[in-house]
Amino acid sequence: MKLEGKVWKYGDNIDTDVIIPARYLVTTDPKTLAQHCMEDIDQGFAQSVQPGDIIVGGSNFGCGSSREHAPISIKGAGVSCIVAESFARIFFRNAINIGLPILESVEAARAAQKGDTLSIDLVAGTITNQRTGQTYQANPYPPFVLAIINAGGLVPYTRNVLGIKITG
Amino acid sequence: MGKTLAEKIIAAHAEDVTEVSAGDLVTVRTDVVMANDVTAPIAIQSFQAMGVEEVYDPNRVMLVPSHFAPNKDIKSAEQTRTLTLFAEEQALDHRFQVGRAGIEHVVLPERGLVLPGDLIVGGDSHTCTYGAVGAFATGMGSTDIGFAMATGKTWLKVPETMKFVYHGERRPYVYGKDMILRTIGEIGVDGALYRSMEFTGPAISALSMSERFTMANMVIEAGGKCGFLPFDDTTQAYVEARATRPYTPFYADDDATYISIHEFDLSEMEPQIACPYSPDNVHPISQVKPEKIDQVFIGSCTNGRFEDLAIVADILQRTGREFSPDVRVMIIPGSQAVYLDVLRQGWIELFTMAGGAVSVSTCGPCLGGHMGVLAADEVCVSTSNRNFRGRMGHRDARVFLANPAVAAASAIMGRLAHPDEL
Repeated sequence: MKLEGKVWKYGDNIDTDVIIPARYLVTTDPKTLAQHCMEDIDQGFAQSVQPGDIIVGGSNFGCGSSREHAPISIKGAGVSCIVAESFARIFFRNAINIGLPILESVEAARAAQKGDTLSIDLVAGTITNQRTGQTYQANPYPPFVLAIINAGGLVPYTRNVLGIKITG
Repeated sequence: MGKTLAEKIIAAHAEDVTEVSAGDLVTVRTDVVMANDVTAPIAIQSFQAMGVEEVYDPNRVMLVPSHFAPNKDIKSAEQTRTLTLFAEEQALDHRFQVGRAGIEHVVLPERGLVLPGDLIVGGDSHTCTYGAVGAFATGMGSTDIGFAMATGKTWLKVPETMKFVYHGERRPYVYGKDMILRTIGEIGVDGALYRSMEFTGPAISALSMSERFTMANMVIEAGGKCGFLPFDDTTQAYVEARATRPYTPFYADDDATYISIHEFDLSEMEPQIACPYSPDNVHPISQVKPEKIDQVFIGSCTNGRFEDLAIVADILQRTGREFSPDVRVMIIPGSQAVYLDVLRQGWIELFTMAGGAVSVSTCGPCLGGHMGVLAADEVCVSTSNRNFRGRMGHRDARVFLANPAVAAASAIMGRLAHPDEL
């Protein structure tokens, strides 16, 4: 699967309170959550983000609360992928589970600037910065995580697994 | 080769294998699956979308309305209602209605529902709190929780373990809160990313259970997956009085493999303050400007237990002082059981006479939910666990994290203050 989009660049330790403040956690609707995505760190984001855009973060992206509303709001805003130096543990699982592509690459994340265009090949795990022409290899996923990604998230994955059990 | 606590408890719950080491990916059985009014609605949606009809064990799935409880508006009421209806439909054994429960991380240990040697997943990042009783407990998102509710299983990567050793006699007004803040300040908010944290040493043995809960609670603030306080006489006395089922404590081996060992001497340590806007921006109180404050919050899953409120009561009684009229002081017991204990001590009257507002148990102000939301440029001293931008209200509000004694002293002085100043 290939993606292409413009970069929104953020720093280290982007926490889930700034991704989606708790005052908006009274709904689970992706579109409503998307209207407040990144509100406490970048008030222009929700209004200006375009479908397919890519968020690039530093280390420990998504730290803090376990709220799945954080990746849901990002996916709901139309973001196609997050590239970061590293992800906080719970956010990493949440993004994979809801089918939001995320890639870890220290070099790609550091080199990207706001407004750059990145081309991403999710199967190969490569990230190409079109401004510089550089291509980076993202950290590979463990096979079990890859199976969840290939199924489209943990819900369809579980349906598949249970289906296999039921039909013997 | 010796094993860490995380390795031992995961191995005891693993499918297909009897021994695990850091780095292994394993499927494990869960003893308790928990979610709250923010995370359960999505977990229930995921559970239903998976095509599953019944939870794996109605005795082990626990849904606790805490964050916006008592319901702050119609939307939060609708969210809580999905928990209530699901609990009824699935005939869950344990219910946690307003008036009978409180904050999940205070209520579950207090009722003896989370026990030593358990493997627990919770739809809340502070699920790691149960490491204080020697459980492997970790926070997950809603879809993971939906999967665990359906199957009684989850997948885990066995974490590497960092060991933290505390020595020395603590000075007055230094608590478990200061030890964990200092630790996070030293290693950073990603210092324990994906790892387990084992807290040991002579100074740990001297900690009360409530201080142990405080330390395990803030493991996630260093990015940790789980944390452990050692099982000892203090833990046993606490658990024996409450356990709802048999349990097996685990002990780390002396020759277990640790990725790093960190030593702390507490003898010279002052109360610690985490300054805006990060729990790792930690300084000794003498190095922090004593600025004027607008609000003090004493409560939360970090410091909302009986012993925490006893510290506040003791300061008020010994000094005979009142809270500053310029400060809004919110005191929120972490559970209704704590509320009742505080009531019986006469402290509700004490706190109220001093000018404090005592509320029914809720997470409320800690996450800027309700019951004390901050305006732009307001300053708050809070005993909770996070001070990220926007955490307790407006993005330009500023939160200083502190222990209950510093919070009480600050509430009296109207500015950030050391209790020795009273």
